[in-house]
Amino acid sequence: MEQLAFYVFAAIAVLAGLFILFSKNLVYGAFALFLAFLGVAALYILAGADFLGVAQIMIYVGGVLVLLIFGIMLTRKLVSHDPTAHNRVEVATGRTAWGAIIGSLLFFGLLKIIFQADFLMSGEEMISRSTIKTIGVELMTSHLLPFEVAGILLLVALVGAAYLAVHRNPVQP
Amino acid sequence: MIPLHHYLIVAAALFCTGLAIAITKRHFIGILLGIELMLNAVNINLVAFSRHDPEKLSGQLFALFVIVVAAAEVTVALAIILRVYGRYNTVDPDEVNDLKK
Repeated sequence: MEQLAFYVFAAIAVLAGLFILFSKNLVYGAFALFLAFLGVAALYILAGADFLGVAQIMIYVGGVLVLLIFGIMLTRKLVSHDPTAHNRVEVATGRTAWGAIIGSLLFFGLLKIIFQADFLMSGEEMISRSTIKTIGVELMTSHLLPFEVAGILLLVALVGAAYLAVHRNPVQP
Repeated sequence: MIPLHHYLIVAAALFCTGLAIAITKRHFIGILLGIELMLNAVNINLVAFSRHDPEKLSGQLFALFVIVVAAAEVTVALAIILRVYGRYNTVDPDEVNDLKK
């Protein structure tokens, strides 16, 4: 049962990624990315990372994806005045072919590496229990400095993004 | 228990798809979609290896920090894209090829 769920969610994530690659409409691509994020969150939970799965859904689906859809809507090309016109992105076919070729070459290279690698695991496999306590204790003890730095990074990113977006043209006063 | 190789293969497939998206799309937001997919693929690897480290969970903590950095990156990138769109009136990276007008 767990195996079946793993393969179903993995197939959802990979197929959604391929849909983004081959679809011309970027709004559909953003919604396919939503599906891919949900699939990845399910893979996290199947790997025993329950807190990370919830964080993935909250941050990526609730925050990042909304921002991306806002971006797509704000940068629409006003070629026609028809509000129902599709938000198409024209891609030359040669370019898609090159992208697919480079991506599949890298994929087969990575497959070769994965099957040749012989991973020696030091610890036992995790039994299914909640990881929230461990993550909280680790964040507040041995990973305290990265935690603080992440907080400062988020503050700086917010201030910088607000500055960039509000002052439309700081070059000319 | 699902073997580690299967997680690695799924992550490799997602990473390669994200790379192909990032180098194919002719739209700044499309490139961002590809980058987000690549970051997620890397996170799958970290979480899969973290299963064998139940005391410390270093992989999951790393994945948490990657998520934070990705959120910050998207905010700043979106602001920059809006500025570029306001100045050049285009979202095609091929057409934005001069540094200063």
